[in-house]
Amino acid sequence: MTNFISQMLGRSPVEPLQEHIKVACKAAFLLPDLFAAANLNDWVKVNKITQEIRDLENLADDMKMDIRSNMPKSLFMPVPRQDLLELLLVQDKVANISKQIAGMVRLRKMQIPDALIDSFNAFVNRCMQAAKKAKHSVYELDELYATGFRGVEVQTVEKMIAKLGSIETETDNQQTDIQEKLFLMEQELPPIEVMFLYRLIDMVGGIADYAERIGRRLEILLAK
Amino acid sequence: MEYQMTYIVLAAIFGGFMAWGIGANDVANAMATSVGSKAITIKQAIIIAAIFEFAGAVLAGGAVTSTIRKGIITADSINSQPELLIFGMLSSLLAAGIWLLIASRRGWPVSTTHSVIGAVVGFAAVGIGTEAIQWSKVVDIVLSWVVTPVIAGILAYFIFQSVHHLILKQKDPLSRAKRYVPFYMFITAFVLTLVTIKKGLKHIGLHLTDVEAYGLAVLFGIVVAVIGAFFINRIKPNKEKEKRFHFYTVERVFAVLMVITASGLAFAHGSNDVANAVGPLAAVISTAKSGVVAANSSLETWVLMLGAVGIVIGLATYGVRVIRTVGQKITHLTPSRGFAAELAASTTIVVASGTGMPISTTQTLVGAVLGVGMARGISAIDLKVVRNIFASWVVTIPAGAALSIIFFFIFRFIFG
Repeated sequence: MTNFISQMLGRSPVEPLQEHIKVACKAAFLLPDLFAAANLNDWVKVNKITQEIRDLENLADDMKMDIRSNMPKSLFMPVPRQDLLELLLVQDKVANISKQIAGMVRLRKMQIPDALIDSFNAFVNRCMQAAKKAKHSVYELDELYATGFRGVEVQTVEKMIAKLGSIETETDNQQTDIQEKLFLMEQELPPIEVMFLYRLIDMVGGIADYAERIGRRLEILLAK
Repeated sequence: MEYQMTYIVLAAIFGGFMAWGIGANDVANAMATSVGSKAITIKQAIIIAAIFEFAGAVLAGGAVTSTIRKGIITADSINSQPELLIFGMLSSLLAAGIWLLIASRRGWPVSTTHSVIGAVVGFAAVGIGTEAIQWSKVVDIVLSWVVTPVIAGILAYFIFQSVHHLILKQKDPLSRAKRYVPFYMFITAFVLTLVTIKKGLKHIGLHLTDVEAYGLAVLFGIVVAVIGAFFINRIKPNKEKEKRFHFYTVERVFAVLMVITASGLAFAHGSNDVANAVGPLAAVISTAKSGVVAANSSLETWVLMLGAVGIVIGLATYGVRVIRTVGQKITHLTPSRGFAAELAASTTIVVASGTGMPISTTQTLVGAVLGVGMARGISAIDLKVVRNIFASWVVTIPAGAALSIIFFFIFRFIFG
């Protein structure tokens, strides 16, 4: 009592990929609250948010495994399987680095120095916007599949990717700016804390980097 | 003939069983593309299938029935012993029916057509002798099994490419879909009507000239397109659903088209597959009645009718459940894809039916779905499953043949 037509149609990777980036971004989007709670000395809340981020990262990991195991080599798809798997890998990095950031902030009870707080918050928000833009670009995947990666829809996605690129450049500039400010403050702060602050800034910037790489991976799908 | 009534009753039972099996399994496969893409509900699928399977069987099922009944075995080789043909055709029905039962229980993708042809060739080669078989015809049939999925695939490829260029990649896909979809409706109705008139209607005593045939086909096409356009124009854009997926309303337009291509596919399936049950049955009836193997006897319409009724009963009793299972499985064949596959498959099948070729409807549909995939239309096709489907007939032919040879000797022992 099986049906051969429905059997031969493999599970489409589109929706699982979209669900995956949704979870990965959800983990990243908790970071602004985490930083705020840390600066307010609310370590109970920091613990709680860290746990939430961990759970989301685990969920994203499970989803990644599930997508991989449902994408056997025998699948015939409009885009190369390898490109989709690499897109998935970059998406997963957003969740991973969010977990690392949260873990580090919780463990070291990290707080952002008052002099840096405004530019740091602006920087974090811009990075979140990059992640959001990446998520929306991946949301366009079903339309891309619907149009066979051709025509007007491709232009729409190309515009989104260009926008994503410019957001990432902005975060790069903000990152340099904060690093310069931190350099001037180095003497007043405990050395180890300074080292970890540099690291934190790098990692937060990493979210925007991964977001941009998601855009690049989508671009590769479009090019074929 | 001694056991005349016994033969006819047995053949009717076996043929009915086979037709029931086709209705229970094959029809669900043919309707799967429509139900899976949520273009029609399960209830609608069953009603469409019942009406159009029946129509296809009665109006266009004659040619393929003739091929199975008298095209494969030469009449002269068994004129002296007409019983052999009766035993053979009874065994073929039983063999194919039982093989299908085993296969569908196990979930093997087998083709009713392949098992019947395998069974007929098997009993004839062993029971009568290899010289009794018209090998050129058998080669033609086997070739058609290779060619039809390819043709359906190529057709589907180009149909879907045209959808791409005319509708999907454009700025205003919805208004373009509303404009162009009625043309696809016209083509579906036109081709199916034309082939049916030109190839199928002779045996029910309707003879039309070319002009009348084309005129009627155009008329039918226009009527279907106008009715379709009416339903399409009632579709309003759904802004809420379009936020999630911009092509939501466009696909709704294609869903209307898919009701028509699904009807066409059911019609095509009826025209080709009813012969698998009815062909051997008709051979038994004409031989048992006349006592000779008559190569030129005409086919009685009521026999086709019996096959069609069998299919509809199979659909109603068991096929409903199969279609329901299929419908609950989420497939990723949206109406804009499903219609292209169905249109390509039904056109190919109806043309093959017109020329009397018993082909596999499932494999033709699989070929068409692959064609849409080649046009970058489907997000994932599992080639491993496709390989299994195509490889299955290699197993089905000897299996059908072996079973029918066994039954042939049993029948000859009992009645002979």
